Amino acid sequence: MALSTDDNEYLFDALAQAIDRVGPLQAPLLLSKLVLLLANRIGERGAIDQALSQAQMHLDTPR
Amino acid sequence: MHIPDTQSASSYFSYPSFAFAAPAEMRGEQPRHPVIIAGGGPSGLILALELARLGVHSVVLEADQTVSEGSRAACVSRRSMEILQLNGVANQFLAQALPWTHGTSYYRSAPIYRLAMPHSADERFHPMANLQQNMFEALLLERTKAYAQLIEIRWQSKAVGVSQDTDSVQVTVDTPQGEYTLDGDYVIAADGARSSLRTAMGLRLAGESFEGRYLIADIKMASPYPTERRAWFDPPTNPGNTVLMHKMACDIWRIDYQLDDDADEVAELEQERVKRRIAQHLDWIGETTPWQLDWIRLYKAHCLCLDDYKQGRVFFIGDAAHLVPIFGVRGMNSSIADANNLGWKLAAVLKGQAPAQLLDSYSPERRAATFDIFDNARKSTIFMTPPSAGYRLLRDAALQLAIDHQWAKPFINPRQSAPYDYADSSLITPDQGTWQAGPRPGAPMSCVRLADGRYLTDLHNGAFMLLHVGPLDDPQLQLALKNHQLTSLLIAPAEAAVLRQYDAQAGDAYLIRPDGHVAARFRRLTVPPLLAALSRALGKTANPTL
Repeated sequence: MALSTDDNEYLFDALAQAIDRVGPLQAPLLLSKLVLLLANRIGERGAIDQALSQAQMHLDTPR
Repeated sequence: MHIPDTQSASSYFSYPSFAFAAPAEMRGEQPRHPVIIAGGGPSGLILALELARLGVHSVVLEADQTVSEGSRAACVSRRSMEILQLNGVANQFLAQALPWTHGTSYYRSAPIYRLAMPHSADERFHPMANLQQNMFEALLLERTKAYAQLIEIRWQSKAVGVSQDTDSVQVTVDTPQGEYTLDGDYVIAADGARSSLRTAMGLRLAGESFEGRYLIADIKMASPYPTERRAWFDPPTNPGNTVLMHKMACDIWRIDYQLDDDADEVAELEQERVKRRIAQHLDWIGETTPWQLDWIRLYKAHCLCLDDYKQGRVFFIGDAAHLVPIFGVRGMNSSIADANNLGWKLAAVLKGQAPAQLLDSYSPERRAATFDIFDNARKSTIFMTPPSAGYRLLRDAALQLAIDHQWAKPFINPRQSAPYDYADSSLITPDQGTWQAGPRPGAPMSCVRLADGRYLTDLHNGAFMLLHVGPLDDPQLQLALKNHQLTSLLIAPAEAAVLRQYDAQAGDAYLIRPDGHVAARFRRLTVPPLLAALSRALGKTANPTL
């Protein structure tokens, strides 16, 4: 089930602040661990594959 | 000795020049003024108008010799329009302003969010209307002429000091001909972000400042593009930053572009550089209309306010009391609401209709509104100008996801200004019964189109008003209204839209404050709860009597 707008805003702040706390060198590791933890919570390989594809979109959106 | 800045030129606006005139105090007289307003910007002038329409005299001290420069605070909200209507300037404003309802946000070149502010046939005003601040102040000044006996504007007169005792307050005024002292019952500091009175009283704003800086430019360009808010995130013309565009009156366009964190402000303000950067952006969006630069300034976002907007007999309103980010257009709109909130309270106290304690409600009501603004404006500001690497990463992720995912689009919502609801105020009587709709106690009255084509808010006379469904047959109620100088607005039971939107039936009623906010509402109105609510709304503690 999708998060509410309030929950998304909370998550936005919490993630940004966590990234700032660990610093730029550790941020990729933090985010990778977070994804693996969430993936194991979801427990559905197809859904994770789909989210991975979606996350790769628009990375090179032209200016 | 105070010498005002020289006035500027504009391609579309003739800045008036107002001379200094030596007042009575410089001729040895020392009259006592009910209200002294330091600052002749929008909040100061609207407060003077609020007081004048309620019969209270004020002196407005303006340090400058003309109105504010440029577009500055240029988006006026629907709620502010209702306040302007109460003060007789809505039609003049709308004759020049550009109303709007929509906006588009882009990530690079991709549209990712369509802003659609609520609007319906029941609304008297659009959610937003754009008018440059210089033009707005000019029409407010024009309106003050209707109250020549009640509003005295003293130009080139800067309030630089204040002292007070329990009964009066004195303001030191610096002018081109030297200083003088002004005596008054109350002083209002409406002297802006760099308030001299705030400094003179040793008060400091507290809160949060943001690093992101913007260059704000007005250009004259006769483009037919419709009036809406456009925002670009990370465009090629300003990589990593944001650009905003608004259409104004007189073919003026307002362009706000974010500066790089390490940008040199002096270099950025060079006209040729500004023109080059604007030209790049206009070229990129395909705008081919010829244009010329009219006005520029720098801007930085703050969420700062005073701990208390009331300091004895001195009240702070507008930017003198609080600084809020421009994103969501809350600055001037909250200043207008300050004036609207304080005006009727000062008038009621000065006219002996309410105890001085009523004035104690100003700061709690308006500070609560300020914190509500901070909550929304902080989110907007952090999204527009991310303060750290973490926020920038999350912002960029949200922007990319918003291209395809509906759930990510609310991140881009600019959270436009919305009216504040004083439900928690000590002046507001909470509901006793159950209501399914209608403005709750503390909220501004909502607008409904009536059967005869008028709007409900058109009928608010700016005093305490009882909105009652059906005739007021009860002689006791009639006597209460007469004794307490309460006007009534009788809604015919055939006004189905009002009854539906206010969840009201025959005999039900809403008590509306002079600022248009609901003080209380009643099922099957009787005298005792009405008088209790009125007494509470006036800050009285004694038991009410008929």
